[in-house]
Amino acid sequence: MEPTLWFGWFRADIIAEYGVMFWRGLEMTVLVTVVCIVQGTALGLAFGLARLADARHSPARQICRYLLRWPSTVYVSFFRGTPLFVQILLIHFAVLPVFINPADGLLISGETARSLKQNYGAFISGMIALTLNSGAYISEVFRAGIQSIDRGQIEAARSLGLSFTRTMYHIVLPQAFRRMLPPLGNNAIALLKDSSLISAIGLAELAYTARTVAGAYARYWEPYLTISFMYWILTLGLAWMIKKLEARYGRGDTR
Amino acid sequence: MDEVIRVEGLTKNFDDLQVLRGINCSVKASEVVCVIGPSGSGKSTFLRCLNGLEEASGGRVLVHGVSVHDKHTDIDALRSEIGMVFQRFNLFPHKTVLENITLAPSKVRGVPEEEARTRARDLLIKVGLLDKIDAYPNQLSGGQQQRVAIARALAMQPAIMLFDEPTSALDPEMVGEVLSVMQTLAEEGMTMLVVSHEMGFARRVAHRVLFMDEGLMVEEGTPEELFDHPREERTQRFLNSIL
Repeated sequence: MEPTLWFGWFRADIIAEYGVMFWRGLEMTVLVTVVCIVQGTALGLAFGLARLADARHSPARQICRYLLRWPSTVYVSFFRGTPLFVQILLIHFAVLPVFINPADGLLISGETARSLKQNYGAFISGMIALTLNSGAYISEVFRAGIQSIDRGQIEAARSLGLSFTRTMYHIVLPQAFRRMLPPLGNNAIALLKDSSLISAIGLAELAYTARTVAGAYARYWEPYLTISFMYWILTLGLAWMIKKLEARYGRGDTR
Repeated sequence: MDEVIRVEGLTKNFDDLQVLRGINCSVKASEVVCVIGPSGSGKSTFLRCLNGLEEASGGRVLVHGVSVHDKHTDIDALRSEIGMVFQRFNLFPHKTVLENITLAPSKVRGVPEEEARTRARDLLIKVGLLDKIDAYPNQLSGGQQQRVAIARALAMQPAIMLFDEPTSALDPEMVGEVLSVMQTLAEEGMTMLVVSHEMGFARRVAHRVLFMDEGLMVEEGTPEELFDHPREERTQRFLNSIL
């Protein structure tokens, strides 16, 4: 095939040739990002609440401290204190084989484990690592967001007879959520970009595609510039969605 | 007599600091009681112990004969009988005036939406703010916010209203509108316990005035007795310092 040159140097034909692969890579990047944002937010909410758990009376008080606050603090500290890249490798090559292993997997073994590992191993490990990592960061966002709500709000709701759960649901979380949107948005954008690290364990997402194309043609500008633009457009889209959400939940804001 | 609140030997410590040192008192139905005293005397803490916003360290509080600080008491049900108005209003900023008022009746009591709305409208007429029904709290003045807060508490049709320095955070020109709402409420026979620095209000409206100092009820009496003929030296000193 005759090389198609843009601006005299950009080999557009390479990108066109691998168009389907770039598209699949984009789909995978978006899938991983969306799954991890949803799971990470759920995990972050759970751990954020766990870090704030406290009770007045004796047995519940100890339960909160040793079974909720303490483990969640350790979890957050570990996943924020070690590189995501190392976490991905650790989970893929060390942790996952303990649970999913043809020989003696604790969770799944035998032929199912073999095919699962073969086909979805990188996706599962990468998703778990990224979820756990972003969950740790998001739990801090939730914790800070909830703590930033004036105690008087909780007191007013409780004095009206609303239970703790209803107070959280109707009063604290909606207000906290509004304040949490900007940091949550930053997290989502970081997550989108960090998903590229999963290419290291062979998940066929955008960065992996670029590496493959670069290897095939020994051309680097074309594939990496292409995925750079694709990431850029994705993050711009995310930022736009967050802005929309902020506007929607901003009602009653202080002048 | 119909006793609504009974406090027996109530104590409260914050770490080493003893804020309440054995309070005894009772409030009868339809009685308006003002609690006065220097700042730091424990007035607010006392009030907050009555609906369990503060845990008691010792003694007990009975509301309609139910012990507030008993672990087995349904505190949410009890609190819905006790309205509370705060110094800083504490309206919910993400909800409109109407939503602020209807939230608790519909979520806690299961009042149908339409009925809750009608009731909210009536209450807003009562506090003179019907035109603000769709406003957000930050669009209101302090005095208006506090009147909405009173309406919000009343929407639960409580048996008792607690007021924790309801005018202390207000600009002087807005104090009157809040006090007049409170006075109307008192005249309608609401049982009220008011922590306040508004001596004029206490004198005009209260049936009984309690003077607190250093975590103790030092003296109580009718407004005339307490303001004009205080028996205790500490009461005299306090009254001299503010009048």
